[in-house]
Amino acid sequence: MTKTRLFDRNGWIAFLGVGLILIVGVPFLNILPSDSPAHLADYLVPLFGKYACYALLALALDLVWGYAGILSLGHGAFFALGGYAMGMYLMRQIGTRGVYQNPILPDFMVFLNWKELPWYWYGFDHFAFAALMIVLVPGVLAFVFGWLAFRSRVTGVYLSIITQALTYALWLAFFRNDMGFGGNNGMTDFKDLLGMPLQSGAMHRGLYIASVIALGLGFLVCRYVVTSKLGRLLLAVRDAQSRVRFLGYNVAHAQVFVFTLSAVLAGIAGALYVPQVGIINPSEFSPANSIEIAIWVAVGGRGTLVGAAIGAVAINFAKTYLTGSVPEAWLYFLGAIFILVTLVFPKGIVGLAGEWRGVHRRPPAENLADEKVAP
Amino acid sequence: MTVEASRATVSAEFSASILYLDGVTVSFDGFKALNALSFVIDRGELRCIIGPNGAGKTTMMDVVTGKTRPDDGKVMFDDGKYDLTRLDEAAIANLGIGRKFQKPTVFENLPVFANLELARKTVRGITRTLFARLDAAARDEIDAMISRIGLSGREQVLAGALSHGQKQWLEIGMLLIQDARLLLLDEPVAGMTDRETEATAELVRSLAGDHTVVVVEHDMEFVRSLASRVTVLHDGSVLADGSIDFVQNHQDVIDVYLGR
Amino acid sequence: MIRRLRPILVALVALTFAGPMAFAAADDAKLSASVQQLGADDFDAKIAAVGELAATPDPRVVKILKALEGGELYVAKDKKVVRAEPDGDSFTIFEPLGGEKIGTATSDDIDQIVVNNRVRGVIDAALGALNLFSGRRADRLAAALDLVKHPSAASVPALQKAMAAETDSEIRQDMTLALAGARLNSPDKKAQLDAIAELAGSTDPAIFNVLSALRDSPDLDPEVRKADEHAIGAISQRLQLVRIGMTLFEGLSLGSILLLAAIGLSITFGVMGVINMAHGEMIMLGAYATYVVQQIFVGYLPPGWLDVYLVASLPVAFLVTGALGIALERSVIRFLYARPLETLLATWGVSLILQQLVRTIFGAPNKAVANPSWMTGGFELIGGAFITYNRLAILVFCFVVLGVLGLVLKRTSFGLHMRAVTQNRDMAAAMGIPTARIDALTFGLGSGIAGMAGVALSQIGNVSPNLGTIYIVDSFMVVVFGGVGSLFGTLAGAMSLGIVNKLLEPVSGAVLGKVVVLIAIILFIQRRPRGLFALRGRAAEN
Repeated sequence: MTKTRLFDRNGWIAFLGVGLILIVGVPFLNILPSDSPAHLADYLVPLFGKYACYALLALALDLVWGYAGILSLGHGAFFALGGYAMGMYLMRQIGTRGVYQNPILPDFMVFLNWKELPWYWYGFDHFAFAALMIVLVPGVLAFVFGWLAFRSRVTGVYLSIITQALTYALWLAFFRNDMGFGGNNGMTDFKDLLGMPLQSGAMHRGLYIASVIALGLGFLVCRYVVTSKLGRLLLAVRDAQSRVRFLGYNVAHAQVFVFTLSAVLAGIAGALYVPQVGIINPSEFSPANSIEIAIWVAVGGRGTLVGAAIGAVAINFAKTYLTGSVPEAWLYFLGAIFILVTLVFPKGIVGLAGEWRGVHRRPPAENLADEKVAP
Repeated sequence: MTVEASRATVSAEFSASILYLDGVTVSFDGFKALNALSFVIDRGELRCIIGPNGAGKTTMMDVVTGKTRPDDGKVMFDDGKYDLTRLDEAAIANLGIGRKFQKPTVFENLPVFANLELARKTVRGITRTLFARLDAAARDEIDAMISRIGLSGREQVLAGALSHGQKQWLEIGMLLIQDARLLLLDEPVAGMTDRETEATAELVRSLAGDHTVVVVEHDMEFVRSLASRVTVLHDGSVLADGSIDFVQNHQDVIDVYLGR
Repeated sequence: MIRRLRPILVALVALTFAGPMAFAAADDAKLSASVQQLGADDFDAKIAAVGELAATPDPRVVKILKALEGGELYVAKDKKVVRAEPDGDSFTIFEPLGGEKIGTATSDDIDQIVVNNRVRGVIDAALGALNLFSGRRADRLAAALDLVKHPSAASVPALQKAMAAETDSEIRQDMTLALAGARLNSPDKKAQLDAIAELAGSTDPAIFNVLSALRDSPDLDPEVRKADEHAIGAISQRLQLVRIGMTLFEGLSLGSILLLAAIGLSITFGVMGVINMAHGEMIMLGAYATYVVQQIFVGYLPPGWLDVYLVASLPVAFLVTGALGIALERSVIRFLYARPLETLLATWGVSLILQQLVRTIFGAPNKAVANPSWMTGGFELIGGAFITYNRLAILVFCFVVLGVLGLVLKRTSFGLHMRAVTQNRDMAAAMGIPTARIDALTFGLGSGIAGMAGVALSQIGNVSPNLGTIYIVDSFMVVVFGGVGSLFGTLAGAMSLGIVNKLLEPVSGAVLGKVVVLIAIILFIQRRPRGLFALRGRAAEN
C-alpha cells in the first residue's frame, strides 16, 4: 500500500494475459470454419461485446460507489446518453437509405413532418464530433449535477434518490417526440459505422475488440485513480467526510471529479453498446436499469474493480440464459440476488474468493457508521 | 469565499491573539447553544476549556472550524487577519487550524501510514492529489511522526484495528503533520488508560509554545496536570476564567457543577 | 312583427289552460287551420302558422313541422295543404295531420311549399320548443340545452310557457339561459339590452359563447355591442377565476394522491430512515387487495352490498400490507439498519419479487376495479367546473388518514414509543421500550398505510403489477421535498407539488411539466438539502 503502483508483477501478467485471451481468442474462434467444433457462433460475438460494455459500466459505478461511497442511480442515464450520442451519429450515417430517403432528416423526423434538422443534431454526421459528445454530454451533465449536489453536501441516500429523480426525468423526457430523439421508438435501422457496414462479421469482431480494449483502458484509469493518493482520499471521504474537510481538502471537488470521470466511462460504454445491439430507445433510461447496475457491482464485490466487471458479466449471463429459457423466473432470481447479496454476501464474489483463499487483503469494506441517515 | 477576501484590517484589538471570539451567538430552534461568547487565545498558549454538558464547548469548536455558522458575533484568527465566519471548513483547516473530534475520527479503512500521508501538509488540489508521489523526505517525515505518536511497527495496520487510545494519538499525529498552528482537542484523553493519559498530557504540554493548543476536557486530573489557564463555559458563555485553583474555588463554578 | 307574434301569443294562452305536460289532442279544427295557413304565399304568414303550431303540444305537430322542413308539404290544386311522397314520376298524397293516403298526383297537380332560411330557423326553434313540454325529463333537458346553444327569438314564448310549469331546477336553470339567449336575438333593442344586463351576471361558458356569438354578428347596434362586450368581459373574468379555482382543485387532487402515496413512506423513510424501494409495491398490493375484495363481493354476497366493498377493502388492505411490512422488517430490513444504501438494494429486490409474484398469480394485464356507485360521477360546481366524486373522496380520505396518523403519533403510547425510539434508540431501550417490536410495528404501520393508499388509487387508475413503480419516485420526491421526518412537511410537499404540476401542465404539457418539476426539486434539494420543513440542530446533523 505504501508503494502506489498500478499492479505488481503478477497483476500485470494477469491483466495482460486475460486481455490478450479476450482480444485474440474470441475473434479467432469466431473466424474458424463453422463446421469446426471450436467455432464460436456469430451471434455470440456482439453478445460478448455487450457484456464488455456492461462490465465497463459496472466499473464506472464501482469507482464512485465502492471507493467514494456515492451510490449513483443515474449511471444508466449516463450510459444511455453516450448511447444516444452514438445513435445520432449512426442515424446521420443512414443518409438516403432510410424509408423516406431524406438525405438530411432521419426517418422519424420526416414522419413527424419536421422540415429542418434541429440545431442539436448539427455535427453528428462527423464521427469525431459524435465521439466528443459521447464524452462531453454525460461528463458535463455529471459535472453540473455533481457540482450542485456535492457542494450542498448532498450525500448517501439523498444523493441516490435525487440521481434517481434525474434518471426518471430524463426517461420521461426522452419518451417525448418533441425532444427530437425519436420518442418512444428511439433510433434503429442503423446502416454503417465509419463507412463500413454494421452488419458484418468483421464489424462485429471489430466492435467486440474495441469494447474489450475500452474495458481494459477503463480498468487501468480506475486502477490508477484508486491506487493514487486521491484514491485513498476518496476512501477517506467515503468513511469520514467531515474529518477530510477538517484536514483542509475540498471534499466536493474530489467527489465531482470522480463522479464526472465515472459518468464519462459510462457514456463510452453506452456508445460502444449501441452499434452492437442495433438500437437505442428511452427504456435504457429506466430507473430500474440504473439500480440493476448496482447489483452487478455488489455481486462481484464492491470496491474491487475486478469484481464489478465479473459481476456484470455473471448477472448478464444469467439474464441471457434465464430470460431465454424460463422468462418468468428471471425477476424472482434477480430479486433474490438483490436480497441475498446485501444480507448474506456483502463482499460479493471477489470477497468470497478472497476469504476462501484465506487471503487477508481486506477489500475496503464500507464504514457503516458514517452514512447513517438522519432521523 | 476566498481566503484573501476574508482578510480583515489588522487592528490593535486583535494583536498577539491567535483566536479572538467576540459576542458569538448560535441558536438551534430557539435554544441558545452559544450566548454572546467572547474570549481570546494568545499565540503559543495552552488553554483548557471546561464546562458541564450542554455548555457549548463542542458548538464553540464547530464555529471556529467552520462547521457551524454563528448567528452573530466575530471569530477572528491570526491577529485578526482572517474572519473565520466567512470561510468553509477546508479553507479554515488550510489556515492552520486543526481539530480532533470528541470521538476519535481516523480513516479506519486506511493504514496508519496513509492516514498520515493524507493529513501531511501539501497542496490540497485534486490533480495534485491524483498525481502525488511521496518523496523520501516526506516518507521520513511520516515515519518520524509515526514513532513520535508511538505507533512504530504499525505503519501498515488499518487504523480501524488500533486501540481507542492509539486512535486518539493517531488523530493528534494527523493534526501535527497537518502543521496546524492552532490545535483544538476535544476530550483528547476520553477512554484512555491512566498511563496513556499521562503520556498524552506530556505530549500536549510539549506542543504549547510552537503551537497554540485549546483543550476541551472533562477530566479534572488531566486539566490539572496541564497546569494551564482554564476557561469555564456555562450556558453558552464564559462563567469564569483563570488558573485551575481559581476556578475550582469560584462560587459560580461550584454552584454550576455541584448544584445540579 | 306584431302579426307574427300574435298567433303564438294566442297559442300560449290556449296552452295555459291545456296544461303543458299533456300531449293531448288539440283542437283538430284549429290545427287544420294552422296547417292550412302554412300554404300561404307570404313567408310572414307561414312563420305565424309555425309559431301557432309550435305552441300546440301535439305529437302530430312535430310530424307536420318536420315534413315542412323536409319539403314534403305541398299545396294541391284545391289549395289544400297535403303531404306528398315522390313515387316514380308521380306523387303519393297523404292527409297532413292524420296521415291517411288520399291518392296520387303528378308534379303538375301540386306545388311544393317553399321555406326560406328564416322560416327554417323558426321551424327548428319550434321543434325544439315542443320538446320543452315533453313528459320525459331527458327530452325537456335536451330541448332546453339545445335552445341555450341555438337561441332563437321565436322560442321565447314557448320557453316562458314551459318555465312557468317546470319543476326541475336544473332544467329551469337551462331554460332561464335559453330564454335570455333568445331575447338576445330579439329584434327589439331594449329587449336585447335587458337580456345582456341579465346575462352579464352569469358564470357559464355557454352564456359566454352566446354573448360572443352576438358580438361577432354583423350589423349589431353599437350600443348593444358595447353592452355585450362589457358583459363578455365580466363573464370571462369570472370564468378565469373559476379556471384558477379548478386548477387549484386539480392540483389539490393530484396532491392528495401524491400525499396518500407518500404518507407511508414518510413513516418508513422519514421516521425510521429506511429506504423502502418496495413501498410502491405495498401500494400495488393494496390495490390488488381491493380487487380481491371486490371479486368476493361480486361472487358471494348480495348485489346490494357491492357498494360497501371499497370500505371493506380498507382494513383488508391495511392488514395484508401491514403484515407483509412486519414480515419484511423482521426478515430483511432489521439486519440492514446501519446500511441504508444496502436497504435500498435489498428492498428493490423485494419489489421485483412482489411484482413478479402478482404477475404470476393475477396475470400481467390490468384488473378492473369498479367505482362504487356513490363514487361514480360528480357534480358541476359553477362555470363548467366539474368535480368528480372519486377525486373528492380521495381528497377527503387522505386528510382523514393524515389526521388519524397524527393522532396515533401524538396521543397513543405506541406513538410515544415510536418517537422515543426514533430520537434516541439506546435511551429508549434503556427505559424498557421494546425497540425491536416498535421497529417492526412502525414499519408495518407505514406499509399498511401504503396499502390503504392502494385502495384509494385503485379508484383512479389501472390496477396492474407496475402500479407501484409509477408512484415510487414521486413519493420519495414528496418526502424529501417536504422535509424528512415531518408529517406536515409531507403534506405541504405533496400539495405544493400537485398544484405546481397542474399549473405547469397547460403551459408545457403533462410530461414536460413533470420533468420541469423533477428538475426543480433536484435544484431545490441543493439549496435546502433537508427539505421545506427540516429539523435543525445538532441532533439532525449526525
